[in-house]
Amino acid sequence: MADRVDVVAPVPGLVASIAVARGAAVAAGDTVVTLQSMKMEIAVPSDRAGTVEEVLVAEGQEVELGAVLARVRAA
Amino acid sequence: MSLKKVLVANRGEIAARVLRACRESGIATVAVCSEADRDSPYTRLADEVRDLGGAKVTESYLNLDRILEVASATGCDAIHPGYGFFAENAKLVRRIEETGLTFIGPSSASIALMGDKLAARRVAADARVPLLPGTEAVESLDDASRLADKLGYPVILKPAAGGGGIGMTILHNPAGLERAYTAAARLGQAMFGSGTVYLETFLTGGRHVEIQLLADHHGHALHLGERECSLQRRSQKLVEETPSPAVDEPLRQEMAGAALRLAGVIRYHNAGTIEFLLGPDGRFYFLEMNTRVQVEHPVTEMVTGIDIVREQLRVAGGLPLSVDQRDVRPRGHAIECRIYAEDPDRNFLPSTGRISAFDIPSGPGVRVDAGIAPGSTVSVHYDPMLGKVIVWDHDRPHAIARMLRALGELRVEGVRTTRDVLLKVIDSPEFRAGRLHTRLLEDVLVPRLKGT
Repeated sequence: MADRVDVVAPVPGLVASIAVARGAAVAAGDTVVTLQSMKMEIAVPSDRAGTVEEVLVAEGQEVELGAVLARVRAA
Repeated sequence: MSLKKVLVANRGEIAARVLRACRESGIATVAVCSEADRDSPYTRLADEVRDLGGAKVTESYLNLDRILEVASATGCDAIHPGYGFFAENAKLVRRIEETGLTFIGPSSASIALMGDKLAARRVAADARVPLLPGTEAVESLDDASRLADKLGYPVILKPAAGGGGIGMTILHNPAGLERAYTAAARLGQAMFGSGTVYLETFLTGGRHVEIQLLADHHGHALHLGERECSLQRRSQKLVEETPSPAVDEPLRQEMAGAALRLAGVIRYHNAGTIEFLLGPDGRFYFLEMNTRVQVEHPVTEMVTGIDIVREQLRVAGGLPLSVDQRDVRPRGHAIECRIYAEDPDRNFLPSTGRISAFDIPSGPGVRVDAGIAPGSTVSVHYDPMLGKVIVWDHDRPHAIARMLRALGELRVEGVRTTRDVLLKVIDSPEFRAGRLHTRLLEDVLVPRLKGT
């Protein structure tokens, strides 16, 4: 399981957009989800390169600080 | 034909500000709130309060259908937009005009013209207001690259629609151009409905200095001097003051003259602000016009004694301004610090929560405009600004001492705030010396705070 990384919300916010779909390849630093919080857009990247295994949120959804937004299987 | 009953279509500190001005002017008020704001302190300052709907801005403060329904049901004759939300949305303001309600602000035509930054540049040129070298609309990435080379780096890339620094990027070389171009086009499209971008020369070491204007429907227009707003991060202001340490009387007259020429060309009415960049050499250049009351308007009120919101209500009601240029005699020095619910230790990321304690500074020369009270919830849905601490004293050094004293009295618990950063910024040698520029906070002061 060590090669599976969670992409978590660094702030509470609303999911503004989802940049990737399940199965997509991402590089380290690629934006996975963009959150909107207090009028700011905050891009949430994947820490690792890999494949998007799951996207756990939908656009418009409100998320808490630390919520898991997506899971990436590290390459 | 002065106004009888005003719907204040905003929340937080600016709703409180407008409701107070209405009360003092003998105008009845209706406050509106989302379900998240039912217990907000501003709602207690109104004669009537009506619910708009859900916490999301599209369901509440941007839900114009619902706002117009409330205005009609409560018998309002005017709407004050505050700042933000639809204050500078020409389409929505036009809809308000079409209902026959009075919009407390300029005409939708003025808002549309100044909201298109390329059109605004052309108007400024017509009014003989100095401009930085810049382009028309950039058609493609290739076009952007060619035009940036021609202008010479550094350049600043901006969406033609919108404002508030959204989507703007400073480029010192061609490396980040593609990313900046894509971001500006996407953000412009998403936030303001237009993906058009353009380029301007970036002025290194420049200050942000703006001129406050008031104009009525009787041909009177006047300026209330300048505000210096150079301390910004993410192109969002954090500290403002007046007078500017960099502006002397001849320069003030020159800048104010340019601002009044621009307002005259578009036959502007109500309150407005012309923003300039002031170079280290004392030359100034038009940035944009804000066609609304601004967050930082209180510093001007503190030194002039003129109530800008009350004048807005007079002008919208068809009355002449209560003062003329000879009555504008600024005295002393005023500084404003914006208190944001942001975590300075985490790169100013938003901080939400429930306010458990709020001690409000007071004493001589201190004004606090705030939108919170103990028990208030700071949610993800709205602007992170909780309120503003404004001080006045007879000169700048005393105003600085007074601001440090006032910030020391301020206590906000339940969310992280910018208070401690502000204390260090106001106390810094650069601020004390008045050596300010638009990159000072991000490039110098914040890195220094992190290092200690």
